[in-house]
Amino acid sequence: MNFGWIVTYADLLLWGAGQTLLLLVISVGLGFPLAIGIALLRLGQNRVLARLADGYCTFLRGTPLLVQLWLLYYGVGSLLPMVPGLRGSILWPLLSQGFFFAALSFTLNYAAYEAEVIRGALRSVPRGEIEAARAFGMPPGMVTRRIWLPRALRTALPVIAGGVVLQLKATPLAFSVTVMDLYAVAYKVRQDTLLVYEPLLVVSLFFVVVAILINRIFRRIEAQVPIRR
Amino acid sequence: MSGLMEKLALLALTPPGWGGVLLEGALATLAISAGAYAAGFGIGLAGALGKLSGQRPLVAALDVYTTAVRAIPELILIVGLYYAGTDSLNRLLAMFGLEPVEVNGFLAAVLVLGIVQGAYMTEVLRGAILAIPVGQIEAAKAMGMPPLLRLRRVVFPALMPNALPGLANLWLNVTKDSALIAVVGYQELALATRIAAGNTKQYFLFFLAASFIYLAITLMSNQVFRLMDRRYRRGLPQSA
Repeated sequence: MNFGWIVTYADLLLWGAGQTLLLLVISVGLGFPLAIGIALLRLGQNRVLARLADGYCTFLRGTPLLVQLWLLYYGVGSLLPMVPGLRGSILWPLLSQGFFFAALSFTLNYAAYEAEVIRGALRSVPRGEIEAARAFGMPPGMVTRRIWLPRALRTALPVIAGGVVLQLKATPLAFSVTVMDLYAVAYKVRQDTLLVYEPLLVVSLFFVVVAILINRIFRRIEAQVPIRR
Repeated sequence: MSGLMEKLALLALTPPGWGGVLLEGALATLAISAGAYAAGFGIGLAGALGKLSGQRPLVAALDVYTTAVRAIPELILIVGLYYAGTDSLNRLLAMFGLEPVEVNGFLAAVLVLGIVQGAYMTEVLRGAILAIPVGQIEAAKAMGMPPLLRLRRVVFPALMPNALPGLANLWLNVTKDSALIAVVGYQELALATRIAAGNTKQYFLFFLAASFIYLAITLMSNQVFRLMDRRYRRGLPQSA
C-alpha cells in the first residue's frame, strides 16, 4: 500500500471532492422542491397533469441513471448546436460542459425517486388533521403549506435521508461525461501512477464519511420535531 | 418526413440497422442481471442465516460486508471488485506457474454485481426470516426436521411473502446497475447503445430507444412480481 500520491494530488483531490459535493447539493437542492411539485400534481385534481407526472416518475425510475445521463449529454447535447442562436449566447459555455448535464440529469432523477417517497407520505397523513385545518377555514393552498406537507415531510424524514445517501452514491457517474469529480481524480491517479486500489480506497472512505455525516444531520433534524408515530 | 423514416431505418434488426445489436445488448443485460440476481440470492440466504446464527466473528464479518457494500458507490465497487478479482486470479495462477488469463467479461460482471446484490439481499432476507413467527420454526424442529428440510419446507415458504417486495426492488436495481458494467467495457445494452450511437452519430435516437428497452424490462418485471406476490400470498390473510 502506497499513499504518497495523496500529497502530490492534494489540490486535485480537494477539487474533485468539491465537484462531488456540489453535484449532490445541486441535485438535492433543486430536485427536492421539484419532487414536492410532482408529488402534489400526482395527487391533484387535474387528470392530465397527474398522468404526466406519473409518466415522468415511471420513466425516470424505470431506466438506469447512466443511460439518462448519456441521453442528455450525448443525445440532447448533439441536438443543441442546431438550435439557432444558442451557440453565440451567453448560456453556451454552461451548456457545452459535462457538469451541466450531470447536474441536470441527477436533479431530474432524484426528483422522480423523491416524488414517489413524498407521494406516499402525503397519502399517509391522517384525514382528520386535514379536515380540522379545513374546518378552521384555511384555504386549500394554506392547508397544503401549513398542515399537509409539513406533516408528510416529517414522517418521511428517515426515507428522505436514505434518498440523499443514494444520490451521493450516484454522483461518480458524472465522470463518464468528463466531469472531474472525486472518482475521476481517482481514475487519473490510477492512470498516472498505476496504483489501482489505493485511490479507490481513499475515495470510498470519503463517500462513507459523507454518508455518515448526512445520517447525523438528518438525525439531528428528526430530533427537533417532536412526533408520535 | 423522409428524415424520420431514415432515422427509424437505423433501428432495423439487420445491418445496416442497429436494432439487432441493441437487442443482443438487451439479452446480455438480462443474462447478467439474472446471473447476478441468482448469485446474490445465494449469498444473501447464506448471509442472512449467518447473521442469525449468532456466531460473533461471523456476524461481525457479515456486518462489515453489508455495511461497506451499501455505503460505497456501486460504480466504485464494480470497478474495484473487477480489478481486484481479475488481479488476484492471475496472481493465483502465477503462483502455480500458469499463464495469466483474460477473464471472461460475462462471468466477471455476474460475480461483481452478485457480490453487490448479496449484501442488500442479506438484509432483505434477514428481515423476512425475523418476521416469521418463532413458533412455526420451533414446531418444525419439534417434528424432528433436519435443518435443510426445515429451510426448504417451512422457512422458505414463510419468508417469501415478507421478502417479495424487497426482492422485486433488488431485481429492478440489478437490471439498472448492470448498465454500470459498460464502464468496465463489457458490451451489454448501455455500451451497445453507445457504440451504435457513436457509429451513426444519432445519439438521441439510440439512447431514447435504449431507455424504452430498459423501461419495457422494468414494466414486464413488475407484472411478473405481481403474479408471484399473488402466488406466495395465497392462503394468507389480506393486508394493505
